[in-house]
Amino acid sequence: MKPLATIGKPIAHDSAALHVSGAATYVDDIPEIEGTLHVVPGFARDGAKGTIIKCDLSAVRAAPGVVCVLMPGDIPARNDCSPAAGDDPILAKGEIAFHGQVIFAVVGETREAARRAARLAVIEIEKQKPVVTVQDALASPVPDLLKPYAFTSKRIAAALKSAPHRVKGSLKIGGQEQFYLEGQVAYAVPQEKGGMLVHSSTQHPTEIQHCVAAMLGVDDAKVTCECRRMGGGFGGKESQAAQWAALAALAAHVTGRPAKCRLDRDDDMMLTGKRHDFEAAFDVGFAKDLRVAGMSADLFARCGYSADLSDAICDRAMFHADNAYFYPEYHIGTRRLKTNTVSNTAFRGFGGPQGVLFAEAMMQAAAITLGCDALSLRKKNLYTRARNETPYGQKIGEHVLAEIVATLEKTSAYQRRRKEIAAFNARNRILKKGLALVPVKFGISFTFTQMNQAGALVHVYGDGSVHLNHGGTEMGQGLYLKVAQVVAETFGIDVGHVAITATRTDKVPNTSPTAASSGTDLNGMAAQRAALAIKERMAELAAKKLGVRKTALVFAGGKVSAGGKSLSFAELATACKAARISLSSTGYYATPGIHWDRPSGKGHPFFYFANGASCSEVLIDTLTGEMKVTRVDILQDVGLSLNSAIDIGQIEGGFVQGMGWLTTEELVFDAEGRLRTHAPSTYKIPCASDVPEDFRVALFASKGNKVDSIYRSKAVGEPPLLLPISVWCAVVDAVASLKPGVVPQLDAPATPEAIMRAVKSMGGP
Amino acid sequence: MALQFLRRGKLVRVEHFAPDTMLLDYLRLTERSRGTKEGCNEGDCGACTVVLGEVRQGRMHYRAVNACILFLGQIHGKELITVEDLAVGGKLHPVQQAMVDLHASQCGFCTPGFVMSLFALGHAKQAVSREDVTTALAGNLCRCTGYRPIIDAGLKACASLRDKFHEDEQKAVAALAGLSAMDLLVADGADFFAAPASASALAAMAARHPQARIVSGATDVGLWVTKLLRPQRQIIYTGRAADFAQLHDTPSALFIDGGATYEDAAAALGALAPDLGAVMQRLGSTQVRNSGTIGGNIANGSPIGDMPPMLIALDARLELRQGSETRHMPLEQFFIDYGKQDRKPGELVWRLEVPKLRANQHFKAFKVTKRFDEDISALLGAFRFDIEGGIITAARIAFGGMAATPKRALKTEAALTGKSLEAALDVVLDDYAPISDMRASAAYRSETAQALLKKALLELAGEKNTRVIAA
Repeated sequence: MKPLATIGKPIAHDSAALHVSGAATYVDDIPEIEGTLHVVPGFARDGAKGTIIKCDLSAVRAAPGVVCVLMPGDIPARNDCSPAAGDDPILAKGEIAFHGQVIFAVVGETREAARRAARLAVIEIEKQKPVVTVQDALASPVPDLLKPYAFTSKRIAAALKSAPHRVKGSLKIGGQEQFYLEGQVAYAVPQEKGGMLVHSSTQHPTEIQHCVAAMLGVDDAKVTCECRRMGGGFGGKESQAAQWAALAALAAHVTGRPAKCRLDRDDDMMLTGKRHDFEAAFDVGFAKDLRVAGMSADLFARCGYSADLSDAICDRAMFHADNAYFYPEYHIGTRRLKTNTVSNTAFRGFGGPQGVLFAEAMMQAAAITLGCDALSLRKKNLYTRARNETPYGQKIGEHVLAEIVATLEKTSAYQRRRKEIAAFNARNRILKKGLALVPVKFGISFTFTQMNQAGALVHVYGDGSVHLNHGGTEMGQGLYLKVAQVVAETFGIDVGHVAITATRTDKVPNTSPTAASSGTDLNGMAAQRAALAIKERMAELAAKKLGVRKTALVFAGGKVSAGGKSLSFAELATACKAARISLSSTGYYATPGIHWDRPSGKGHPFFYFANGASCSEVLIDTLTGEMKVTRVDILQDVGLSLNSAIDIGQIEGGFVQGMGWLTTEELVFDAEGRLRTHAPSTYKIPCASDVPEDFRVALFASKGNKVDSIYRSKAVGEPPLLLPISVWCAVVDAVASLKPGVVPQLDAPATPEAIMRAVKSMGGP
Repeated sequence: MALQFLRRGKLVRVEHFAPDTMLLDYLRLTERSRGTKEGCNEGDCGACTVVLGEVRQGRMHYRAVNACILFLGQIHGKELITVEDLAVGGKLHPVQQAMVDLHASQCGFCTPGFVMSLFALGHAKQAVSREDVTTALAGNLCRCTGYRPIIDAGLKACASLRDKFHEDEQKAVAALAGLSAMDLLVADGADFFAAPASASALAAMAARHPQARIVSGATDVGLWVTKLLRPQRQIIYTGRAADFAQLHDTPSALFIDGGATYEDAAAALGALAPDLGAVMQRLGSTQVRNSGTIGGNIANGSPIGDMPPMLIALDARLELRQGSETRHMPLEQFFIDYGKQDRKPGELVWRLEVPKLRANQHFKAFKVTKRFDEDISALLGAFRFDIEGGIITAARIAFGGMAATPKRALKTEAALTGKSLEAALDVVLDDYAPISDMRASAAYRSETAQALLKKALLELAGEKNTRVIAA
C-alpha cells in the first residue's frame, strides 16, 4: 500500500482563513435579495399550559412596517415540524403546552419592526398548572409521553438479593442548552412553479426540505434546502431547525417575497429544546471480589411537551448506562416523561452522557461505600474478553480500554497525586482537592438502523479539479475537510484541488442528519466510493495511454504513474473528457453488519465503540462551594486519525462543553414553567479562564479501528463530551474527603450551590 | 453637525441616524460589513467585538468593545476597526495567522470577535501572560474549541505584535485631531444624540434636558434597546468629555470622575486594596470594562452591581451635580430602594471619593458566581475592619445580591465591634432576607454570606489557602 499523503495530516480547517477574516458566510450574512421580509415568532408572554382564550393581534397588524401576520390558517397543508411523531405544530392552535410555544408570526419589512410588533399581541391563556420538573411529572396523573422501556435480565432480583455488598443511591442530572453561537436562522426564497429554496442553518437539510414541502403541500422535489455551514449545531439544529425554516418558507409563500427568520438569542433559548434532564436511582450489588453482581437502575427523563427525538435519546441513555462495565445481571429501566416545557432534543452525546454519568456516579458512590479507590473499582469491572456482553446483547469486540486506562494512570501520575491530594486535604480545612480517572465507551451508529446511510456526488472537471458534495453538514467539526481529504487521497491530488461545496438536497438526496458522530464514517465512505468509481474509469484510459497494466497504476502527487511513466492527473482528466468518459459519479454507503430488535432488546446496534479516558483534578472551597479544575489528562482512541488537528480540536472542545454541562451550566425553570436562564447573562457556558492551564490531550496509539471504517479511523464528535464526567467525579472525591465512608449527595451540574449542598450532606465542612 | 469617525483610513460622516441605532446594526445593515456577528445582542458573548481607537497623549489607544450594545453615536471622533480590516492585500494579520496555524476556529462564528479582542490585547501590551490572554478573552464565548488553541494563538501573536496600525498610527492621530474638541449634537426634531466634549458642557446639557437619557458606557441601557425594545429618543453621552473621566489621587482619598470607565480606574483602585482590583478583573468582561463606567454602575442602582458594596464598605462618598449645583452624600444613602436612587432628573453622578485604607484598616471582598469570569454575582461581600491589637474596633460590611439595594450589615457590624478575631467567628450575620432566583437560592445566599464573613476573619487571623482563585 502506498503511504498516505493527505490522510492523517493536521491540515487546517478548510474555512479557517475565512473564519478569522470575517469572510465565512453564514445564513444571516447572505446578501438579501431586494424585498426580503423578516419573520419573528410570537408567543404568550405569560402561561405555559392552557387554552388560548384570547388572541388579539390587531395592534400587531397595525404596527408600522408589518406586512402580515401568519396564523395556523395560513398554512396550506401540514401544520407540523416534528421529526416523526406529528406532534409539533409550526403554529399552535387552540392551546399551548409550554411557555414560549409559537402561536403566530409577524412578517415585517425589517426585523426590528417585526420584533416590536410581536410584543403588541394581547394573548390570554386559561392557565392550568404546568408539569415542570421530573418530580412534578412523576406525581402527575398525566400519562408518560412515550412508553417505558427496559433491558432486564431474568435473575437481577436474585443477584441483588444474594450480593454481599449492596449500594443504593440517586442523583439529579441537569439538562443543557446547546448555545451554538449562531442562533437558529433560515432564509427562504420563492422559486418558479411554487418551488422554494431554503437556506437553513441545519444539521438535517433533508428534513427541512420535507417539512417545508409537506407544509406547503408540494412535492419534496419542489423544495431545495442548502446549508454551507452552521455557526455550531451540537444537536440543537438536528430536528429543531425545522420550525424556523418552515416559518420563513410560509412567509415567502404567503407574500411571494424572500423571507428570513432569525431568532433573537433569548427567544432561541426559550423556544428550542435542550439536553434532557434526568433523575436516576440505582441499586447495585457487588460480589466479594468487588465485581458487579447485578445492577438495577431506573432513569426518568424530562422530555418536554412532545416526542421529538426523545425515544432514541432515552434508548441511548440505556445503551450507555453500563459505560465500560460488565453487568452480569441488570435492570435498566426508563420512563419518558411529559412535561409542560420545551421539547427536549438532541445534544452532542444524545442521552449517552446521562447514561455514563449515572454509571460513574454509581461507581464513585460504591467506591466510597466499599472503602476502595474508585479507579481500582472501575478497572476491576471493565469489560473483558470473557465478560463482554452488553445488556443489549452486543458483544464488545475490541478491548482497548484497559490499556487506555493503564496508560493514563501512568502518564497522569494518578497514584502519586492521589497521595499528594490526601496530604493536601489533611493540611487544609477550607480548600479540598479531588481526583478521578474515568473511562468512557461510546457506541457509534444511529440506533435507528435505517439512518446509517449516506450519499455523495463527485465531479472531476477537464482541468483535473474536483467538485465534492455529500449529505453531511458542516458545523465546525471539520467534516467537509475530512471528506475532502478522503477524495484527495483517492485521486492522489492535493486537497486544495478539491472544491468543497454547500450541502444541498438537490445534489445528494434522502440524507440522514449529521449527527451521532457519524458524519465522517458515512459521508467519507460514500465520497470514497464515488471517487473510486471515477478513478476506475480514469485508470482504464491511463493504462491504455501509458501502455501499462491498470493494476500497476499509482495515483499520487498529482500524477498517475506506472513503470516509470506518468501523466498528470489534469492531463488524464482532459484525456478522459476527450475520450467521452464520464467524470462524475455518485457514491453510496450503508453501514454493514448492524441490526437492532427493539422489542426483544437485543441486537448489534453499534458498528463499533469509541473509547477514551480522562483524569481530572479539582480544587473546591468548602465554605462557598466554588470549584476550579486544576489539571486534566485525556487519552482518546480515534483509531487511525484522519486529521489529528481536527480530532484534538473535537476532544478539547467536547471536553470543555461537557465540563460546562456538569459545572456551570444550570437551566432554571420557575414553578410557572418559564425558563429563567434564557441568555448568556444568566446561563453560563465555560469561558477561557475555566479551562485548566494544565490540559494534556493525547491520541491513543491505535493500530486502527478493528472494523472497516474509513481509513480505519474512529468517530470523535460526541465521545469527548463524556470525558469531563471525571471532573464531576473529582468533585465528589473532594467532598468525600470530609468524612470517609459517606457518599456526598452531589447533583449535576456541580454549581457552587450544588457543591455546598453536597458538603452539607456530609454534615458540613 | 454630523457624526464622524475614522474608518479604513477615511473620515466617515453620518448625517442622520436614530439616536438609539446600535453600532452592530449600523455595521451589518447599513455598511453591510457582515464579518462582525450577532451572537446574543446583550454584550455577553463577544461575537460582535470591534475595536475603537482614540487618541491619548498623541498615540492611538485601542480597546475592544461590544458593538451590539454600543450606540452608533458613541464612536464619534474615534477610529472603528472591524475584522475585515486586519488583513493586508490578502495576507492575514499576525493574530489571524496564529489562529489559523493553531487551529483556533471550528464553526468560526465567534472567531471574528476573538480576533478583535486579541488584536486589542496585542496593541495594549507586549509579552503577554496566559492570564492577560484569558482576561482579554473573558467576554468572548466559544462553544467549539475549548479555548486552548485560542489562548495559545493569543500568546503567540501578542508576544510582540507589529502591524499596519502601528505603521499608520500618526496618520490616524492626525485624522482624528480635528474632531476632539467639538461637542456633538445630531438632532432630528425632538430626537437627538448629544456628546458634549467637556464636563461643563455635559452638566449644562443634562440640566437643560432633564428628560433625556444619560448614557455613559451603555452596557446596561444598550440592553433596554436590544432586549426590552424601549426606544431611546434623546441621548446624552458622557464619554466624549475627557475631563469627566479623570482620577485624582490625594494622600487620603482617590477621587474618580463619574465618566471614568472601569478600565480607567482599575489600576488605581487595585492599588488601594488588592481585593478591589481582583474583583474588578472579574467584573463584566474586558469589553464591558472598556465601555462601562463606575458612575454608571452607581447611577442605575442595580442590586447586583459589584462596585457599590465594595465602595460602601470603603465608606465612599458621592458628589452629584445638576447644572452648577452640587451635593454630597455617603454612597449608601444614594440607594433608596429597588430601582430607586436619590438622583434628580438631569443630575449626574459627578464624582466619587474613595477614602484610602489607614494602616490599621483591612479590606476583603469576595465575589461568588457560577462562573468565575463575566458572571453577575449571586452575592458579593465586602468588609472593612479596623483592627487594634487583635480586636475589631470598627467594621463596615456591605453586600450585593442580598437585598433590593447594595446594603450594609449594620447589626453585624455592631456585633463584631470590640470582639477579637476569634470571638468574631461566633457572630451571626442576619441583616438580610435575600430572595431566590436563577443565580442562587435564598438559603445559599444567607449561608454563604455568613461563610464569607468567616473567611474574611480567618484570613485576617492568618489562615492560608482560603481561596480557589483570587477574590
